[in-house]
Amino acid sequence: MINSLFLISHSGDIFLEKHWKSVISRSVCDYFLEAKEKAGDPENVAPVLQTPHHYLISIYRGKLFFLSVTQTEVPPLFVIEFLHRVADTFQDYFGDCSEVVIKENTVTVYELLEEMLDNGFPLATESNVLKEMIRPPTILRSVVNTLTGGSNVGGTLPTGQLSNVPWRRAGVKYTNNEAYFDVIEEIDAILDKSGTTVFAEIQGVVEACVKLTGMPDLTLSFMNPRLLDDVSFHPCVRFKRWESERVLSFIPPDGNFRLMSYHVSSQNLVAIPVYVKQNISFLETGSCGRLDITIGPKQTMGKSVENLTVTIPMPKSVLSVNLTATQGTYTFDLTTKVVLWDVGKLNPQKLPNLRGSISIQTGSPKPEENPSINIGLQIQQLAISGLKVSRLDMYGEKYKPFKGVKYVTKAGKFQVRT
Amino acid sequence: MNGGFSSLRSEAAGAMRTVLVSAESLQLTLKPELTQEEQALTHATGGKARETLKAGNEDLKEMLESNKESLKLEAMKRIVQLISKGKNASDLFPAVVKNVASKNIELKKLVYVYLVRYAEEQQDLALLSISTFQRALKDPNQFIRASALRVLSSIRVPIIVPIMMLAIKEAASDLSPYVRKTSAHAIQKLYSLDADQKEHLIEVIEKLLKDKSTLVAGSVVVAFEEVCPDRIDLIHRNYRKLCNLLVDVEEWGQVVIINMLTRYARTQFTSPWKEDGIFDESEKAFYDSDSEEKQGQREAKPYIMDPDHRLLLRNTKPLLQSRNTAVVMAVAQLYWHLAPKHEVSIVTKSLVRLLRSHREVQYVVLQNIATMSIQRKGMFEPYMKSFYVRSTDATHIKTLKLEILTNLANEANISTILRGFQTYVKSQDKAFAAATIQAIGRCATNISEVTDTCLNGLVLLLSNRDETVVAESVVVIKKLLQTQPTQHCDIIKHMAKLFDNITVPMARASILWLMGEYCERVPKIAPDVLRKMAKTFTSEEDIVKLQTVNLAAKLYLTNSKQTKLLTQYILNLGKYDQNYDIRDRTRFIRQLIVPSEKSGALNKYARRILLASKPAPVLESAFKDRDRFQLGTLSHSLNIKTTGYQELSDWPATAPDPSVRNVEVIEPVQEWAPSLGKAKKPKSDKFYSDDEEDEKEEEGSGSGSEDDSSSSSSSSSSSGGSSEESGSASEEESSGDSEKTSSDSGKSSSGSEVSSSESESKQKKKKLTKKATPRKSKQTAADSDSDENGNGPVGKTSSSSAESSSDSESDSEEDSDSDSPAPQKKTVAKTKPKVEVKSKKEVSLLDLDDFSPAPPSAPKSSVFSSSLLSDLEGLSLSNVSSAMQVTSSSFGPVKTYELLHHMTGKGLSAKYHFPRQPCLYQPSMVAVQVILTNSSDHSLEEIHIGDRSPGSLNVHCFNTVERLEPGASVSVSMGIDFSDSTQAANFQLCTKEDQFSVSIQPAVGELLMPSTMKEPDFCSEQKKLMGMNETSATITMATANTSKQNISKQVLSVANVGVVSSDQNNLQRFSGRTVSSGALVLVTLELRESSTALLTINTEKTVMASMLLRDLKQALSQA
Repeated sequence: MINSLFLISHSGDIFLEKHWKSVISRSVCDYFLEAKEKAGDPENVAPVLQTPHHYLISIYRGKLFFLSVTQTEVPPLFVIEFLHRVADTFQDYFGDCSEVVIKENTVTVYELLEEMLDNGFPLATESNVLKEMIRPPTILRSVVNTLTGGSNVGGTLPTGQLSNVPWRRAGVKYTNNEAYFDVIEEIDAILDKSGTTVFAEIQGVVEACVKLTGMPDLTLSFMNPRLLDDVSFHPCVRFKRWESERVLSFIPPDGNFRLMSYHVSSQNLVAIPVYVKQNISFLETGSCGRLDITIGPKQTMGKSVENLTVTIPMPKSVLSVNLTATQGTYTFDLTTKVVLWDVGKLNPQKLPNLRGSISIQTGSPKPEENPSINIGLQIQQLAISGLKVSRLDMYGEKYKPFKGVKYVTKAGKFQVRT
Repeated sequence: MNGGFSSLRSEAAGAMRTVLVSAESLQLTLKPELTQEEQALTHATGGKARETLKAGNEDLKEMLESNKESLKLEAMKRIVQLISKGKNASDLFPAVVKNVASKNIELKKLVYVYLVRYAEEQQDLALLSISTFQRALKDPNQFIRASALRVLSSIRVPIIVPIMMLAIKEAASDLSPYVRKTSAHAIQKLYSLDADQKEHLIEVIEKLLKDKSTLVAGSVVVAFEEVCPDRIDLIHRNYRKLCNLLVDVEEWGQVVIINMLTRYARTQFTSPWKEDGIFDESEKAFYDSDSEEKQGQREAKPYIMDPDHRLLLRNTKPLLQSRNTAVVMAVAQLYWHLAPKHEVSIVTKSLVRLLRSHREVQYVVLQNIATMSIQRKGMFEPYMKSFYVRSTDATHIKTLKLEILTNLANEANISTILRGFQTYVKSQDKAFAAATIQAIGRCATNISEVTDTCLNGLVLLLSNRDETVVAESVVVIKKLLQTQPTQHCDIIKHMAKLFDNITVPMARASILWLMGEYCERVPKIAPDVLRKMAKTFTSEEDIVKLQTVNLAAKLYLTNSKQTKLLTQYILNLGKYDQNYDIRDRTRFIRQLIVPSEKSGALNKYARRILLASKPAPVLESAFKDRDRFQLGTLSHSLNIKTTGYQELSDWPATAPDPSVRNVEVIEPVQEWAPSLGKAKKPKSDKFYSDDEEDEKEEEGSGSGSEDDSSSSSSSSSSSGGSSEESGSASEEESSGDSEKTSSDSGKSSSGSEVSSSESESKQKKKKLTKKATPRKSKQTAADSDSDENGNGPVGKTSSSSAESSSDSESDSEEDSDSDSPAPQKKTVAKTKPKVEVKSKKEVSLLDLDDFSPAPPSAPKSSVFSSSLLSDLEGLSLSNVSSAMQVTSSSFGPVKTYELLHHMTGKGLSAKYHFPRQPCLYQPSMVAVQVILTNSSDHSLEEIHIGDRSPGSLNVHCFNTVERLEPGASVSVSMGIDFSDSTQAANFQLCTKEDQFSVSIQPAVGELLMPSTMKEPDFCSEQKKLMGMNETSATITMATANTSKQNISKQVLSVANVGVVSSDQNNLQRFSGRTVSSGALVLVTLELRESSTALLTINTEKTVMASMLLRDLKQALSQA
């Protein structure tokens, strides 16, 4: 299965290698680096590559390439999924998954990788199992360890490995028992020039933060589960129960986890919270253009739109922009040619507007395609699909937990064609 | 085996001795080195030592030598950092290896890391550590044992192979599943180190495959795939277990198991694809998917899926909801390769869901969808919008989406797709724009309606500023024109005009080729183009030059008057060109076209050679033939055969003997005996019958000490009780957690109202099983399949026999659904076939009984065949299989009656029918299946049965349906004791707001249940019921009904009776009992000439007899 793993920085520097079978020289990465060179944008590197003797499967996360080398047939998604799981684990342990952080924690990283795979086959990928074996580094613990000579590595088999609920460790204790659920929905949409919706759908996730003592058994039910068209669950959710009764019944993992992700059935019309009036034009002569964008609220269900951002990747021939924003600030990145307008909160009385001129390199022809506008926004306390949690029940434990549900709507891949 | 083992042991002992000897000598050699080093350290000043790398390592050595744990740990951390950066730290080996026995776990782990990394390079030194691991292998802490084995097996030193082998064998029977898992991993390591051990390793794999722990399953399958993927025979006996465990295996294991089972299934089952849609409706209806078996019976035309095949499909389906994308993909490919065509589309939604995942996941999934969408447009067409390209997508994602959109294009959606393409063509990503143009070309060739539109669009693109776009358009236009050259002179002219502005060689060459090929259509322009080319010939690219020569030659042949000189000029230029290809071509062309004495016969044919009509190029997807690789594999992704890729075999023409998958059966259905008495069994009991079986299985494995009798008794005790309920609700949490379990039981009963049709049918199966039990004594005799028991390996441990018994439980249930119709057939057919279908089945069943290793259905069939009554219940069971309506076609329609019209019911409509199965609640009740449908626009809540008028019939209500969404329907079952009268049962159907009075009036035939008897019994019973107990009439039958088969069909459609096999040709007999009082009802039909018949009914219930007579008369006289 997975033979070796190389971590490669954005610039092509191989800064960590780990082998689970016999050692493979890091020169194998040259093929990858070559492909990376050719692709230009790191996003464009094909995830699956072939070299004379090895196969390279890579992911790109947080400006890092996780490159795994395998010698035999293996389902590529198996490796990709695992690599993402590794990246998630790093994120979980160190709060970030970047070159600096990994370099700082090389030893922990190495210990983790050692536990996660055995002979290239995943051994322990559940975060709570790993955390029992290798405790995440904290300042306090490292101080204590240097004084007492204690270690971050556990000596017994994590309980999760053997139980039927590998995601939960035994003997969890909290003084404040609490269970919070965030229903986060993202609107993916493509609007065309005239503002008509070409394509819109809602993806949602239910993120949970559960800190409960013992072995609680939770049941979460929705007011309108019919909305959910396609779902995928954390392994803790009892699928049969969902199929027959449309309730989520589960023994939760300890801490933060994604309970489910769902897709709202496409029959339902998707409410588009904002409209965009835009006019971007490049003049045929004189190497300049104009830009005029106004954003207004459309279907916000009475909630206010916050964290509104507008991103416009300009054509490469654009030299500079000279704009004025009635609200918020804008920046123009000269290297990537991206205009980023941070609007903030949308005020329905006084609609934010960005207008001004664009100057283009002299001599270069008028760009053929107008740039598309990407919108980012957030609406608190609203799930745009109308999904509502109706109740949360706990069985199996005596105490009464604090419960809470929060709804957030965000713009996912929200694109306006111009 | 024993001999092999002992020889191994002695081998190991020998190896150990050498190890120890070498270790000793090494220790001796180590010592002076250390002292030297110590001296060096005392002399060297610390600060300077760190300056050079070598000194730096000295520094580390010093730290490792120190007595302080913390210093050692610090040193090891720094060494690991060196390793991680790929720097060589092998010179520290002696210093590091000494710490292998350290008490500090973290230090020890780091030493392990180091050891594994460098052991191969420093084999002698690595041997020093072996004894430590050997000791650790005996440690009481399972974690220590496991990690010792992990490291020991990772040390790639050939000399310790025997030690490893021994350790693996021991670990494979360790009590801790975690250690066993590790041993499965170690198998692969040892195999890669020394492939000669294969035979021994296969033994261990075989053993571990039998392991019941979900922890082990995935790892051992990986080992299997790596060591002996061709030993498919090892899987047979574990197949069902793997299928049943699958849901509980950890996600990575699921992926490999699913992939392996896909391969397995392709060798073991017959293709479900061949006969899709060919078979005759009524027959299909009768057996349908649930009532399968009967492989390879050619005269039974319809394809019947092997129950094991179905088991696999059913058990993998829930995994489509996994969060792990690899698992979802694995299930998708399994369905693609194994499921009947009409079932494959259930994976679509999940695959589309994966498209929202990471970029890399999208890439792989899109590749697979691209392959799928070529063959099955319909699967993905509804999700076309998900493949719309976003400007932020990576180029390869865009291209793949484009590919899929093109595959999906048809007459209906082409306009939408083309509109999208218009946007994409303008993309700043030029590679993508070019790909779009190709896609347009493909759409144009595939869909003739839009060819012209596309062509015009492409021509417009010719004036695009971007060179790559223009070039691509030219190339695509060229291909398109080739398919229909006649109408498009003006396009060729237009391209000729553009020729001067186009600089991309490929595009220029394409235009030149077009000119040449169709020079007769543009007689004026072509020579002019050639003239221009003659001017610039020397400065053109090679490919353009070749095409110029080509053009010249063609023009020379068609229009030599105008172009002779030009051609000669160009040929002369070509003759002295730097490129030998061009020189060659020139020489060839000259010989071909210019007549001279040297040129041979070819000259005459020059025109035919050069101007032959060329076949149009086929524009097709790059994914066209990708499906030769198993989907989801690396090979598929790269479109090459990768190392270690296992081909998916074609379906076998006839299935291999399915009995190989059997495991010992120990008196199936025994555990149901006690539950027979329980008339009122709460429905919820049966909801998750599958899981409950699974769970029992696990229980058995969890407590390995349990012997089989106790495990079967435990399952029997739980079968009716509340503990089962709890188990059923929660598959994950099995035995261990009593606290939770009890809490669950409450929930599951509350949740039991909603019944899916699947669970419904399962319920029925159970009932069937229960009914069968009273005749167990007989059945056990029939069931004495000693051959089955004999199949097992000789020295099975108690735990494994427990496993097999629990296996058989689950199997028994699995089988019961599939086999039940079969036995009935058999009895019916024993003497003489009454119904055509039945006769067919008969053959196989008798065969099965004759076979010594019974196929999977055999134990079952023997169970049932022992009792005629249960056989007949088998018949009714087949009626309630999921395909209710279809079933009816062979036995007359199952009539559905309206209970409540949706107009009167304010949106709630109810229909009922008699499923003709023994009632679950009380034996004297008639089962009624009610289908509630919500046709209103709001959801209805709390649908239940309200008051019944006093003195009315005894009714067992269905559980309250909590909520029924608009458009949804739910089917519930109830039982009514009609007391053998056709009096209607009146009751109220209530929702939260409303109440509706409804009534169920049974047809008299539904008040019966089949009773089976032999012909002599029938006659003797009939004799007892003469006189006033006999009712008879002469009837005239419709001509269509004269065949025996049709008669029994008609009779069975009216009355729920059983056929009594008879060898008298003109007599047909049916027998039944009334449900409530159990009075016999005997129906005899004596055929006379010219479609008349004497119908006689003997029963104590004379009222019923006359009513039944009337009904039968009516039915038989109708066509």
